Amino acid sequence: MSDSTVREEPELIQLLTPDGEYVPHPDYPFEPATAQVRDLYRDLVLVRRLDAEAVALQRQGELGLWASLLGQEAAQIGSARALEPQDMAFPSYREHGVAWCRGVRPRDLLAMFRGVTNGGWDPYEHNFHLYTIVIGSQTLHATGYAMGVQRDGALGEDGTAVITYFGDGATSQGDTNEAFNYAAVNNAPVVFFCQNNQWAISEPNDRQSKAPIYQRAAGFGFPGIRVDGNDVFACLAVTRKALQHAREGQGPTLIEAFTYRMGAHTTSDDPTRYRTSAEIEEWRRKDPIARLRAYLVREGKADDGFFDAVEAEAEKLGEQVRAECRALPDPAPLDIFREVYAEPHRELDRQRAEFADYLASFEGAEGAAR
Amino acid sequence: MPVITYRQALRDTLRAEMHRDENVFLMGEEIGVFEGSYKITEGLLKEFGERRVRDTPIAEEGFVGAAVGAAMLGLRPVVEIMTINFSLLALDQIVNHAAKIYGMFGGQNSVPMVIRTPGGGGQQLGATHSQNVELYYAFVPGLKVVAPSTPADAAALLRAAIRDDDPVLFLENLGLYNTKGEVPDEEVVGEIGRAAVVREGTDITLVGYSRMAMIATQVADRLAEEGISVEVVDLRSLRPLDRETIVNSVKKTGCAVVAEDDWLTYGIGAEIAASIQEGAFDYLDAPVRRVAMAEVPLPYAKPLENAALPSAESVTTVIYETLRAVGRRVG
Ligand SMILES: Cc1ncc(C[n+]2csc(CCOP(=O)(O)OP(=O)(O)O)c2C)c(N)n1
Ligand SMILES: [Mg+2]
Repeated sequence: MSDSTVREEPELIQLLTPDGEYVPHPDYPFEPATAQVRDLYRDLVLVRRLDAEAVALQRQGELGLWASLLGQEAAQIGSARALEPQDMAFPSYREHGVAWCRGVRPRDLLAMFRGVTNGGWDPYEHNFHLYTIVIGSQTLHATGYAMGVQRDGALGEDGTAVITYFGDGATSQGDTNEAFNYAAVNNAPVVFFCQNNQWAISEPNDRQSKAPIYQRAAGFGFPGIRVDGNDVFACLAVTRKALQHAREGQGPTLIEAFTYRMGAHTTSDDPTRYRTSAEIEEWRRKDPIARLRAYLVREGKADDGFFDAVEAEAEKLGEQVRAECRALPDPAPLDIFREVYAEPHRELDRQRAEFADYLASFEGAEGAAR
Repeated sequence: MPVITYRQALRDTLRAEMHRDENVFLMGEEIGVFEGSYKITEGLLKEFGERRVRDTPIAEEGFVGAAVGAAMLGLRPVVEIMTINFSLLALDQIVNHAAKIYGMFGGQNSVPMVIRTPGGGGQQLGATHSQNVELYYAFVPGLKVVAPSTPADAAALLRAAIRDDDPVLFLENLGLYNTKGEVPDEEVVGEIGRAAVVREGTDITLVGYSRMAMIATQVADRLAEEGISVEVVDLRSLRPLDRETIVNSVKKTGCAVVAEDDWLTYGIGAEIAASIQEGAFDYLDAPVRRVAMAEVPLPYAKPLENAALPSAESVTTVIYETLRAVGRRVG
């Protein structure tokens, strides 16, 4: 049965205050077991390190581009750790934390940004689709995939749910709103996970959306929730519930994870042109990692030994990512013809042969010059 | 004459046209506070304020449609679409509405809007961000499509496009923004639909537009050193297409190569080649050849991207082949 009326949600679901105090919520049960919380902490620190290493690699010319997730770790790790293995995720381009949780090797993630492969990873091996950069498109793909799940009858307690990630800016796009509507009328098992990081490049949120984003779901006839996106507990608990709702055939949910893009839009952006350091400072105080660390300390669930060990592991990961990235081989020119069609294509084969001759002619010329 | 960049020529012209006509205003993603993804609108928000320089949400179909409506009221919107790739999200508003309202409303309502947008690969932006799909618009009656390759033409044609009562797609190119050239101080209004012979020659006609017109000129300069006289025709306008200038050049040289940054099959070059055989068949000494992009989605990897794009080298090779076909000893 679908829940077409929208519940009165409080403005922001939060289970962990910025000071690291755990405040249970009646609607979103969550048991912060020590081992799990420590694992979450480790995830957060490691993806932040991976991200920082990638930014550095781009600066050194090793990657073409990188879209940093800095500040959004909790939204991504929390929501992704709520996924079951059979669930499918459709990301935009910043979801390195989700990729991490889905088991995508950092090297494969970097290979794509280095431009040595079109694919990078097998989406079905990880149930994590490839990155989509045209804003909003993947919300429709997720909706279609979810309707396929529905058609296959793969719903129920152990069924499959679908999640799609997009930004606040993407909610302006027709595709996204069409996906909301289409998913709603079909009761598709999809969770729309919007990371409202307050900015779409230089456009602040209030220039793009008059109503709070999560409230939009009401107009489409499905529930919308705003969650503290820097609170990994809340992101996990809220997403788990929404996924379960979808899995059991109750239709879509819109989750607005209220967070902040601490870094530049991408490595080609300079955010000092359009936002203030005061704003960044304010969000720094809500840092997702600092808050979980405060919780672990406050509850006596981790000591310096643990934190040092995670730090050391992060250092090692950084080094490993760097070495692996540099070792990635360049593709060969004729590879451009390899992934155009799944089926043979005679005209393209002809062009490939012609191009091979053309390349060979240069080798000859070089030989002659030598 | 002052020497300025293509970018500066666009910016100066936008500014001058906004001063000239209160009805001219700008809209697009990131054009205000951020001053444009490629900094064409730098300083304009400060100078003209939000009433004239409007940042839009990420909704290409939405803001292009709104511009169509504003143009129907008599305003002169100049819309920036971040790159031509994203114009695909606005295809319905451009093709079904901007291009057809004048005809379908019985000539009572024209749509005097300009869509400025850069095409171009070679910047490592990946397959969905590196396309040259101006052909989609050049195909449509009711639209005009201009594609200047020099700062002077950029200024003259942008001025003409803004003053034109029909919808104009104004094609820029990421690879041209930093190129420099002389731009006259006085106000020149270009003529939409006129190609230019930018370099006279007698051995072969080389046709290009936008970035490929620039490459064509470079190729011609280099081949001149080998004693090959290349006549370069810069199309400047894809619709209306100036067939006369192309045909007259081929009548003189007897052979032609078309260099295009789009895909070969059904590309702009196919139209040019057809126009040449219709207009100058008896003058042709060799088949018209085309140099285009490999027919693949443009790869993101630098070496692969370079491999897929047409270049001065690939154009030169085909010129040699064509000249050999007419019996010259070259290369
Ligand atoms: C259809 C389309 N239009 C414009 C762009 C250029 N663009 C890339 S990212 C971006 C901002 C997206 O903002 P948001 O959805 O908030 O995601 P965030 O980058 O903040 O994660 C824009 C406008 C694009 N990729 N696709
Ligand atoms: Mg955003």
